[in-house]
Amino acid sequence: MAADTQMMVNAEQNPAHAQKTLLRLLTCGSVDDGKSTLIGRLLYDSRLVPEDQLASLARDSKVYGTTGEDMDFALLVDGLEAEREQGITIDVAYRFFATKRRKFIIADTPGHVQYTRNMVTGASTAELAILMVDARKGLLEQTRRHAFIVSLLGIRHVVVAINKMDLVGYAQAVFEEICEAFTAFSEALGFESVQFIPLSARHGDHVTKPSDAMAWYEGPCLLPYLEEVDAGRRGEACGFRMPVQWVNRPNLDFRGFSGTVAAGAVTKGEKVCVLPSRQNAVVRDIVVANSDLSGALSLEQAASGDAVTLVLDREIDISRGDVFCCEGGDQPVVADQFAAEVIWMGEAPLYAGRPYLLKMNARTVNVTITAIKHKVDVETFNKLSAKSVAMNEIAVCNLATSEPVVFDPYEKNRETGAFILIDRLTNATVGAGMIRFALHRAGNIGFEKLKIDKAAHSEIKGQKPVVLWFTGLSGSGKSTVANLVEQKLYALGRHTYILDGDNVRHGLNRDLGFTDADRVENIRRIGEVAKLMVDAGLITLVSFISPFRSERQQARSLVQEGEFIEIFVDTPLAVCQQRDVKGLYKKALAGEIQNFTGISSPYEPPQNPEVHLQTVGQTPEETADRVIAHLRERGVF
Amino acid sequence: MTAVLKQDVSRPHLKRLEDEAIYIMREVVAEFKNPAMLYSIGKDSSVMLHLALKAFYPARPPFPLVHVDTTWKFKEMIAFRDRTAAKYGLDLIVHTNEAGRADHINPFDHGSYYTHVMKTEALKEALSKYKFDAVFGGARRDEEKSRAKERIFSFRDENHVWAPKNQRPELWNIYNTRIKDGESIRVFPLSNWTEQDIWQYIMQENIEIVPLYYAARRPVVARGGMLIMADDDRLTLKDGEAFEEKMVRFRTLGCYPLTAAIESEADTLEAIVAEVLSANTSERAGRLIDQDDAASMEKKKREGYF
Repeated sequence: MAADTQMMVNAEQNPAHAQKTLLRLLTCGSVDDGKSTLIGRLLYDSRLVPEDQLASLARDSKVYGTTGEDMDFALLVDGLEAEREQGITIDVAYRFFATKRRKFIIADTPGHVQYTRNMVTGASTAELAILMVDARKGLLEQTRRHAFIVSLLGIRHVVVAINKMDLVGYAQAVFEEICEAFTAFSEALGFESVQFIPLSARHGDHVTKPSDAMAWYEGPCLLPYLEEVDAGRRGEACGFRMPVQWVNRPNLDFRGFSGTVAAGAVTKGEKVCVLPSRQNAVVRDIVVANSDLSGALSLEQAASGDAVTLVLDREIDISRGDVFCCEGGDQPVVADQFAAEVIWMGEAPLYAGRPYLLKMNARTVNVTITAIKHKVDVETFNKLSAKSVAMNEIAVCNLATSEPVVFDPYEKNRETGAFILIDRLTNATVGAGMIRFALHRAGNIGFEKLKIDKAAHSEIKGQKPVVLWFTGLSGSGKSTVANLVEQKLYALGRHTYILDGDNVRHGLNRDLGFTDADRVENIRRIGEVAKLMVDAGLITLVSFISPFRSERQQARSLVQEGEFIEIFVDTPLAVCQQRDVKGLYKKALAGEIQNFTGISSPYEPPQNPEVHLQTVGQTPEETADRVIAHLRERGVF
Repeated sequence: MTAVLKQDVSRPHLKRLEDEAIYIMREVVAEFKNPAMLYSIGKDSSVMLHLALKAFYPARPPFPLVHVDTTWKFKEMIAFRDRTAAKYGLDLIVHTNEAGRADHINPFDHGSYYTHVMKTEALKEALSKYKFDAVFGGARRDEEKSRAKERIFSFRDENHVWAPKNQRPELWNIYNTRIKDGESIRVFPLSNWTEQDIWQYIMQENIEIVPLYYAARRPVVARGGMLIMADDDRLTLKDGEAFEEKMVRFRTLGCYPLTAAIESEADTLEAIVAEVLSANTSERAGRLIDQDDAASMEKKKREGYF
């Protein structure tokens, strides 16, 4: 039978057979189940290991091998130094081979639980999975975990390779017991095809050729099966989708939108819609370069997987991350809140309320995990309640993005339903997500239930929230300085809000007068509002005369230590009277206003203000700069 | 309604590989500020450049080609490089490690130190000088075991160092392109191509390659079991050696004293493809620098080699 394999390899030496199909698969399963050995064996039996690599394999087998005098095929694929030393697979390795009919890309993925994220990397681009099981051990937690992840990532075709049959005496009963156990366990995983093959990777039984020792097995050998299997996915049809990757604008005469068709097909002359803006246009041309690069090839149609450039019949505003779909018919979802399965890969656990970046369909946006609905126990598929999700764990979460994103449920279309999560500080890829469905504001989510706290609010704004409490006499320049400070903060990209005495008295506090009691209540309310704004993560500027020490102290006590910055705008009464911008001193002195601070009501100057501004002899600009400098010193931003 | 969702499994493999590479290149141009393409003049670079010309058509590829010139490249390679850049109107940056040149670092006297200085260090120098944040390379995963483990978007720290045990997970075709100042990403659009794919694609697209790939009569000397071609008079004969004219070609092109020729009659693309398909040694067997020890490429890559 080895001769057959040789013939097969020889047959493809005719370059006329250049066009084959491509099958992407992954091998997974528990540690020591023999994944690397199986791949090595596939390459070796298919005569696809070049002589120089065989020579180095023989050399390496003596140094690192775990198979005694035999060739250790695992060494063909375990490429990293640490892997050779430890005799395990750490990272996903990609292996390539081709037969007459197909080119294969194998992602060989690690079994150890701490490298699950690398297994997920391999699974995300695979169309079929070979799940290795050690015949002696049967189904282990890692087998179940990998079967679950394979299913979660939308792989619908599985080969269960029951390996090391030589070590159980090639017993049919062992094989059948494992088949039954897997069938029972995988019922919920929704595979379209499951093929069980008993084999010995080390000795080559049922890899490329039948096994005399297992004459009882009537099914296909592994390689012929992989050549034949139809790994297409069946399900609900998805309409045309193409995220815009790059706007192609080499000159004024050409404006095209480059991208790869992610589902369905588009035909020249067809009406398309651009999401999220919902503008319509007609596809005037579908452009690719011709092979000799001498000019354009105009396509009649582009279908799923094609990298093309669309030219439209009219000028509309389209940028990277917008998604083309057909006008009418099946359209993707546009939403800023959705539920998704998340596989966590970050070293630090996932907590609800933390902000991350989300990338999908050529767009990167801010996102917050608003709720961890439940974790999934991969052994039992039970739902576990959780406050955090650790590395390699899987959870169903609700997410909220800073702006609407365009997507399909992952089950409907892998290409437009998947996202990654990126840590904003380290830039590490910390999560892989598969969208289930959109959440609509009215139904599933209520803000008061969310665990978005002050830390989350401030983290997303990249600042420490504080209260800048400007106190001073009427006309001292509080509002002028506060306004300048806010403008400067705004220019620095900070999130701010001003509570100004006059503004607030027109609304929230319009029921209050200027008696001492009302002044106290006035300040109490302002203090409470300022506290809410600090909770919201804002740099809150309060510009109030606030003449009494105790009320300022009360406001200070509402927020945490270090969050209250008292700024004394110190302008002598005489100067204030002289400025009298609003003509109030004149009225107060004339007795037309009662209880006017500094005239007929006391002002208690701060004793230890965080910032003491003397406005005489300094421009408002200079005083505002002092405040900004102080904020920098405190590490507010 | 039930239908086959993805037709991908029935699409020709070269079309899938081409579409994937184009997608990767567009992603880089859309997300990085200052990308470049490392152009080594070999067949893989020729394919990579061809794909770039397709990816951005009708625009020109919006990045320069960077060639690290060790001063030991075949003359035909340099001529081909300059002709190609001119033909497509591309920016070409040629960088040589001047300190190494001044010290006369050469492949005969300095062995692997030569590779380190004139290739790895020169490359890092060029990347730092021009502050590229993403650099395309033509490496393929089938070439060598540590390459088989590398991501398509492969992160490098501010010292251009690769950390193979701590690679970012790479999911679907959603590439994490975020880096801090000084860090960079090496991008390998041909990751999933094999040597066969490269040749079949060159044939399908009729891509021009350096003539050294085609068999011709050339002067060579047998040394250490390899055939080394005399490209200039810097190659001096040792005792007992002599030049012979043989019908040879190159399966891979690098610095001429470090790249062995193979005896071959294949002087057409068809013949080359047939030869590659039946080859029983790997392509890098002709590369002298890869044979130091089992993990030599991983070491070089960790140090910053492409």
